[in-house]
Amino acid sequence: MSESFDKKSMIDEANLAYKKSEVMTENVLSYCPGCGHGTAHRLIAEVIEEGDLQDKTIGVCPVGCSVLMYNSLDIDMQQAAHGRAPAVATAVKRLMPEKFVFTYQGDGDLAAIGTAETLHACNRGENFLIVFINNAIYGMTGGQMAPTTLPGMRSSTSPHGRDTILMGNPLKMTELVAKLPGTYFVTRQSVHTPAAVRKTKKALRKAVEYQQQSKGTCFIEIVSNCPSGWKMTALQSNEWMEENMFPFYPLGDIKVPEE
Amino acid sequence: MKRELRLMKGNEAIAEAAIRAGCDGYFGYPITPQSEILEYLMEEKPHERTGMVVLQAESEVAAINMVYGGAGCGKKVMTSSSSPGISLKQEGLSYIAGAELPCLVVNIVRGGPGLGTIQPAQSDYFQAVKGGGHGDYKLLVLAPASVQEMADFVELGFELAFKYRNPVMILSDGIIGQMMEKVYLNPQKERSSENLEWATTGKPAGSERTIITSLELDSAKQEVFNQKLIDKYREMERSEVRVEEFQTEDADYLLVSYGSSARICQRAVDLARAEGLKVGLIRLITLFPFPKKRLEELAGSVKGMMAVEMSAGQMVEDVMLSVCGKVPVVHFGRMGGIIPTPEEVIENLKTKIIGG
Repeated sequence: MSESFDKKSMIDEANLAYKKSEVMTENVLSYCPGCGHGTAHRLIAEVIEEGDLQDKTIGVCPVGCSVLMYNSLDIDMQQAAHGRAPAVATAVKRLMPEKFVFTYQGDGDLAAIGTAETLHACNRGENFLIVFINNAIYGMTGGQMAPTTLPGMRSSTSPHGRDTILMGNPLKMTELVAKLPGTYFVTRQSVHTPAAVRKTKKALRKAVEYQQQSKGTCFIEIVSNCPSGWKMTALQSNEWMEENMFPFYPLGDIKVPEE
Repeated sequence: MKRELRLMKGNEAIAEAAIRAGCDGYFGYPITPQSEILEYLMEEKPHERTGMVVLQAESEVAAINMVYGGAGCGKKVMTSSSSPGISLKQEGLSYIAGAELPCLVVNIVRGGPGLGTIQPAQSDYFQAVKGGGHGDYKLLVLAPASVQEMADFVELGFELAFKYRNPVMILSDGIIGQMMEKVYLNPQKERSSENLEWATTGKPAGSERTIITSLELDSAKQEVFNQKLIDKYREMERSEVRVEEFQTEDADYLLVSYGSSARICQRAVDLARAEGLKVGLIRLITLFPFPKKRLEELAGSVKGMMAVEMSAGQMVEDVMLSVCGKVPVVHFGRMGGIIPTPEEVIENLKTKIIGG
């Protein structure tokens, strides 16, 4: 975690087509190769940098794969107990209303153990951004069934596939929070192609703007992959995500402000 | 300093004292017998008085995590609840202690286990003084015995919480929470706008970012951190022990008690003295740190001790550990919301210690 690359020795400046955000630290990301988390981190960092928000941002990271998010982003962060990030962020924003506050939560954190905190923060219209990474699995603990695991999908605790009669149905949290009066902007995006990355970044920029206008809760789901948990290569996992995840979790805006 | 005299319930005194202490945020969830704290705060509109944030959370779990978030920003934040609700807060308290954050938690204890009774008890002693949640940590625990102390310990609690960057608990009970007494209230303190270097307030340009976490994946570093916590608790034991003594100078027999029970014991001491029995009382004000040394000293001058608490016998274990068998230590307590009388206390002292 603490080792760092010497960028200059690896990258020839002349060939540098893309520059890493200054809001990203030099620490090596703790994610598996091909995982979408890194891209999502990078987008958040870029949006913070572009908005000149580095000194105004307080992030709240959860329990799960992204627990070490604070190693990657060069901003003030609080690490919350499992599922409790929206409660933590509620107090942070209410006590520091001039700051840009966001939570970054996985599906187990947001849609299982933290369901109550998530729904109530959204229902109160807490003025912060929730970034929800949905890869339909518990990654860090080794690939167990998540609240968003698809019907029939295999995991270490649904080794024969998710049987919805025995194990219940996947929970579409994003559709659920869109129904609540406190949410202002609710969208579902992905980060697996350059076009998708651009759309997600646009959504993040909007969320920053809406928070500055005190509009209420913004909720951005990012449907993502988990090559390790899904036991696929990075490429296979992206193909599998397109074929299986997107039909169940369709991409696009779910709740947009009336212009 | 001019103090304002008011007649108030213990719970109301806590709420009013919190506003006056310059508290930045209160996050709570209703439960009997402490709901007046949240009700009073909502009625008083502290947001208009001082800018203090008051929020009714969706659960005790959410409330304690709101406290975590606020404390992580270096703010003076608190929550309150009663026994079953305090159990729900234990995860959060463990994280707060692990992240070394200051906060104030009030427990207006009712009888348990489970949903138990809404009547007063002192059966959460172990939970309060031994940690309560997972991992090696301690809360600094204050035990008020009057409405006055309910108010005073709010300010003291915040002071100690920030001094040690550790959660402080006011361990009270339904008697003191609900009873009305006169109370002198401190004048309004200003809310602090100081940015603390360990708090997340937005990373200033050119300086290191601040991270609030209790996570350490390197065992060697975690052990160093655990040792740091232990050192902090040892420092509390050296510097923060508080007791009040009644007629201990010539006592043959010592009552050891805290909170409401200590009020009852004070009357029992008077009754016993009237009968010619040399009984004294040590009232514990801090439950952690525990007054081990003072009890050890007193063990040298008394013939026996009786721990009086409204529980099946919890504090008595710490009394026994303190005196190391030098004198007999017995326990007397009522449970389930039954409040012992001073006469019962003397009766039990006679049968369990004096005659025994």
